[in-house]
Amino acid sequence: MDYVNLRRQAASLRKSLFDQGYLDEQFYQLEDLQDDASPNFVEEVVTLFFRDSARLMANIDQALDKCVKDFNKLDVYMQQLKGSCTSIGASRLKTECTFFRECCRDENIEGCMRSFQKIKREHSVLRQKLESYFQLLRQAGPIECATRPSK
Amino acid sequence: MASYSGGKSNGGEGSSHQELHVLAVDDSLVDRKVITSLLRKSKYRVTAVDSGKRALELLDTEPNVNMIITDYSMPEMTGYELLKKVKESSELCQIPVVIMSSENVPTRINRCLEEGAEDFLLKPVQLSDVSRLCNRVLR
Repeated sequence: MDYVNLRRQAASLRKSLFDQGYLDEQFYQLEDLQDDASPNFVEEVVTLFFRDSARLMANIDQALDKCVKDFNKLDVYMQQLKGSCTSIGASRLKTECTFFRECCRDENIEGCMRSFQKIKREHSVLRQKLESYFQLLRQAGPIECATRPSK
Repeated sequence: MASYSGGKSNGGEGSSHQELHVLAVDDSLVDRKVITSLLRKSKYRVTAVDSGKRALELLDTEPNVNMIITDYSMPEMTGYELLKKVKESSELCQIPVVIMSSENVPTRINRCLEEGAEDFLLKPVQLSDVSRLCNRVLR
């Protein structure tokens, strides 16, 4: 297996995530926390994020489905989601969460609905990209594998 | 949600920090994991819980907590309310409490500091924030 090429692909995907604004410098902070004691820290945090954010988004979906919209509750859910986005450096998602909260403050339900659809799309795209990234990293293996001479 | 216990201590490095136990309180799974890692990286023993209620339960049974770092916005009991309860307790009032929040609200910050919080950190909390804080608070 061409470990060098896999690493190159992973690096390229990672760079594109930053260049296209999906991730911000907070993601570097997570990478800095990864070490020999926690070799999969970044992937673990990201996995937790997608599990937790899916739960929050299901709550928001339910709240938006109700006839009487509780903007306070919607704002609380979105504050939690935004917080998690901030913690992993999910920049585009964070921006859209901010917009959703502004719509809540304005009690603009159509704005909330449109914004939430965008959040769902961004969430899905980010998840696919990060899953691909971590898959490439797993296939590439530790750095030592990348430098193993070919036979 | 069950408690998430801190890691093992290292062998002789930073031995003074190995004695220091930080209680992290945050209802966010993601943030608990991150703050735990930040504190462990700074060589502290960490216990992370998901609510003010669980924090107080732990403080009742675990006497050796050197600092509490808590999120502000939590359901049922906010970080501010936890801070107040700690400061009102004769057994706990000496424990330094640090508040974290993703929102920069000056009235909130002032209220916490007036109530006795050692510091107020804006999220996302960085390793440099933790190092600076712990050096000052736990010196």
